[in-house]
Amino acid sequence: MMCSAGERPDPYDAEDGGVPPAAFASLLEDSVEELYENAPCGYLSTLMDGTVAKINATLLTWLGLRREDVVGRMRFSDLLSVGGKLYHETHFAPLLRMQGEISGIALEMRQAGGGRISVLVSSVVKRGTTGEPLLIRTTVFDASDRRAYEEELLRGRRVADEARRQAEADRARLQQALAVLQQSLLPDTLPPIPGVEAATHYHTASSDQVGGDFYDVFPVDGKRFGFFLGDVCGKGPEAAAVTSLTRYTLRAAAVHDPDPVAALTTLNKVLHQRYTGSGDPRFCTAVFGTLEPDAATGRVGVHLGSGGHPPALVVRADGTVDPLHTPGGLLVGVLPTARFVTTTAVLAPGDTLVLHTDGLTEARTGSDRTSLFGEDALRDFLAAHAGRSPGDLIGALITLLDGFGDGLDDDTALLALGVPADRTTPDAR
Amino acid sequence: MDMGKDTVRRNNVTVTGNPEGRTVVLAHGFGCDQNMWRLTVPALSDDYRVVLFDYVGSGRSDPSAFSEQRYASLDGYAQDVVDVCEALDLTDAVFVGHSVSAMTGVLAAARVPERIGALVMIGPSPRYIDDEGYRGGFSAADIDELLDSLESNYLGWSAVMAPVIMGNPERPELGDELKNSFCATDPDMARVFARTTFLSDSRDDLKTVSVPTLVLECTQDVIAPREVGAFVHRSIPGSTLVTLEATGHCPHLSAPEATNAAIRSFLAALR
Repeated sequence: MMCSAGERPDPYDAEDGGVPPAAFASLLEDSVEELYENAPCGYLSTLMDGTVAKINATLLTWLGLRREDVVGRMRFSDLLSVGGKLYHETHFAPLLRMQGEISGIALEMRQAGGGRISVLVSSVVKRGTTGEPLLIRTTVFDASDRRAYEEELLRGRRVADEARRQAEADRARLQQALAVLQQSLLPDTLPPIPGVEAATHYHTASSDQVGGDFYDVFPVDGKRFGFFLGDVCGKGPEAAAVTSLTRYTLRAAAVHDPDPVAALTTLNKVLHQRYTGSGDPRFCTAVFGTLEPDAATGRVGVHLGSGGHPPALVVRADGTVDPLHTPGGLLVGVLPTARFVTTTAVLAPGDTLVLHTDGLTEARTGSDRTSLFGEDALRDFLAAHAGRSPGDLIGALITLLDGFGDGLDDDTALLALGVPADRTTPDAR
Repeated sequence: MDMGKDTVRRNNVTVTGNPEGRTVVLAHGFGCDQNMWRLTVPALSDDYRVVLFDYVGSGRSDPSAFSEQRYASLDGYAQDVVDVCEALDLTDAVFVGHSVSAMTGVLAAARVPERIGALVMIGPSPRYIDDEGYRGGFSAADIDELLDSLESNYLGWSAVMAPVIMGNPERPELGDELKNSFCATDPDMARVFARTTFLSDSRDDLKTVSVPTLVLECTQDVIAPREVGAFVHRSIPGSTLVTLEATGHCPHLSAPEATNAAIRSFLAALR
């Protein structure tokens, strides 16, 4: 058809220097056979059992084989590398059988000299008039360059996979180290306090970060017990260093003088001296207090001071919630001298003192996660759980924290110190 | 039973054929999936209840159930067979295994003898790599080449296949666009299956077979040469060896009539 268009004007037969007719004719393929033999791809026809029936010169040249050694003597799979053979038997041949054609499969063919040539193979089953399969026609493209490029990609992928595995292992190790560090900033166990039940919880927002919240409960002298809870600004290793310094400063200060103002003043001095002028000012908020159980009455006296921290809350057995305000208490560590204010309270049986960090009240709630949980909601929540033991109260708060889901993105420390309800007096609810 | 339902979903179990007939389980080998049996099922479905499934990591199985550790040995694949038998509460079923599945069937039959009452092994090989006094047909380096071949056909998978196969198992109309989807397996899982298959040595397990067994081999099979077929036949006392006039490793596709006839006459003689 392509040579018979005699009547139409030849598009190249233009006056302005087009290709002359003779040259144009030579560009046309006038021999289908010649095209078959010397096409820039390999052609191969096999019987259904794979025996080669016809093969073109291009493919013979690529493989370094003679026609008489191949046709009728070799099967298609004989031309493949062993890996290619296995792939052919397990994937290529079954697919070809099932769908009648297959395209773009990467295989390796063996060359007579022992070399390999990477090829892309497509095959189609030719069927007779009644649909019975007659033979398999296969085209073979030289894919050496493409394969080299793909091998680079695969190599790159392997390197990336290895790097990812390494990164995951590193991350796991880091998280392990951080978890140990975090644990070291919190007490392992709480000391038993006569007539007082204590419960705590620490919520870690991210296993990749050491949080900056802290708490502790410890004996001071024969009668009194110290406690504190606070929040260092920032996160990460720097914050952890401040947390560590803060915790041990408060513990040491309490040995010297357990008065809340004295302990907080000492901490203020230490933090200010350590970090002022470092170019990286660090400070914290903290509640520090002492408990003094009275065995005679079963009541517990609370004396506490605060530096910039949300007020501790006394959850009364009757359902009222009293915030222990300490007006004027400054952030600890900001100024060279700071004034701290103390307050007192008495816990009766069934009352519980609850301290928290602002991770709890600043949890984002609502469907769009834009409103904050807030102090008022916390008070309502605690009021609804009045009369519960500190352990139960902390349990309820943990459920509350879990309910925040991804709205809770900060670390949260909780400490509850309560006097067990006196079961002999019915009015203790 | 919930676990049974999970297995049916996990292994893409399909049950067809005559519900009154004896159950025949068809297990695909390394490479493709239960589609391999499309020319076998019609020959069995009038008289037998036919169970098809995909091993985890093949076909339309649940990819999330794949564990490299479990499927690093044939025992993991055999456990798939046991799970399927238990999920359907099969008794005295005939297990037809192609290629590596022939050995998986041997392992499963040893574990749940009451569930598997006969074996048909198509192109079995208990060991592919040559050993002293044993010719499996391959060297260890050959197997590495296969793993490379799998990897070279990797790029096509990840770009085109993965999102479609993994994401839309419920859209069969996509099948037409996916020419090679029958054998499309996540290459990482295929690699594990290939290693497990071609590095396995189950020669000793053949001795445990105590049920009627048919060994089907082809005259020309690159993967399971005839001497391997003879070895399997010799190792299972009382087994029947049938050599099919067929080339290649998949006689159930390349010579379905002969293969089906051999299976049917074995099944008919069973009772």
